[in-house]
Amino acid sequence: MKRAFLRKLFVGISMLATLGFTGQVWADDEAPDVLIKRLSTEVLDAIKADKSIRSGDMTKVVALVDSRILPNLNFQRMTASAVGPAWRQATPEQQKRLQDEFKILLVRTYAGALAQITDQNIFLKPLRAAPEDKEVVVRSEIKGSGDPIQLDYRLEKTPGQGAGWKIYNINVLGVWLVENYKSQFSAEINAKGLDGLIASLVERNKANANSKK
Amino acid sequence: MMMTCYSRQLRGVGALVVALALLALQGCATVARPDPRDPLESYNRTMFGFNDAVDTAVLKPVAKGYRAVTPNWFRKGVSNFFNNLEDGWSALNNALQGRKLDTSDNLGRFMVNSTLGMLGLVDVASDLQIERHPADFGLTLGRWGVPPGPYVVLPVLGPFTLREVAALPVEMKGQPKYTLGDQDAHTVLPVVSLIDQRTKYLNASELLDSASLDAYLFQRDAYLQRQRNIQYDGNPPEEVTEP
Repeated sequence: MKRAFLRKLFVGISMLATLGFTGQVWADDEAPDVLIKRLSTEVLDAIKADKSIRSGDMTKVVALVDSRILPNLNFQRMTASAVGPAWRQATPEQQKRLQDEFKILLVRTYAGALAQITDQNIFLKPLRAAPEDKEVVVRSEIKGSGDPIQLDYRLEKTPGQGAGWKIYNINVLGVWLVENYKSQFSAEINAKGLDGLIASLVERNKANANSKK
Repeated sequence: MMMTCYSRQLRGVGALVVALALLALQGCATVARPDPRDPLESYNRTMFGFNDAVDTAVLKPVAKGYRAVTPNWFRKGVSNFFNNLEDGWSALNNALQGRKLDTSDNLGRFMVNSTLGMLGLVDVASDLQIERHPADFGLTLGRWGVPPGPYVVLPVLGPFTLREVAALPVEMKGQPKYTLGDQDAHTVLPVVSLIDQRTKYLNASELLDSASLDAYLFQRDAYLQRQRNIQYDGNPPEEVTEP
């Protein structure tokens, strides 16, 4: 009798502890490398499962990027940093348009690369970060039949509990995406101003949309 | 970026290179706000346009044709063959850089693939999980402390830093694909290698066109970033940003 009670008590306590523990995990943010691993696996699996994506159905790829990847990006920060100092002089309307057009450009680019994935798998390198870090770099490699593809992410911790991590820069094969637009953007701004840059982005996106479905 | 590595292979174009470079220099316009890494921007842009025309007229159609008429296993074998030759050269360069593990990996790959892999046609070493550590002489110079110097676009050969240009003569003498076999092989191997490389980057080069506002700047910045990344083993220190 006493033993049975003790056992029940023990089970009860361990259940509570488990609950408490999982509760703790839910309240805390998902670690940045765990987030990247989960996202990459989800996206790779979705591509592997869908023939029409691999045969280049752009609308499907874009939909995948929109639903899985974009919610985890801080797109405002990406655009602001690509635009540089001129961002602060931009009106809210200009900022919004820059952000929208830059997003279309990057999604298409990124989606085009994703559509070529076949047998690849993702491998994460050990995360080098302290628990209190607000910005981290997660390094990964995509391995398939060819040479491995280096794919790194910069993430920032969103202020507030449970708000999670957001990606604000992506590195493909050693090239940081946002950095790679800085010279081009500042050249446009110097020559034609912020509206000129917006116009160029619109034009590029239109040309891309017309060249392929 | 990667779409231009293919261009390293051509040789025997020295005179043409010099002539074209001089021609391009004459047509120089001034650049509004020069990037400190690219003092030759005006000349480089001219050469970029020339290379782009050559690529559109010759290289790209040839690569597309090659991809259309050959089966996948064939192209794979050709790529493996050239990768294997490169592994041998990389082993030597890794040794020159004092990297023991990378050297033994590459040497191991070269020996396994040259024998079991039938002269490199089959990449057995990758199945055995022996990693590649590509290294050319330009990288060796970089690891010895030679700064990259300004960005230079060479006719046909594409993007370089001055350091990589300085390493070119050694590459020409050392890379097996330029020195292997008889006179015929000296002509054939570099050309096949060039087609092989261009074919691999067909998709990537299309991406360059659709992702950029200014293809020249996009390629330049990507190339310079990537070179830095390789030199620092994928973990370069933060660059000092300009004011």
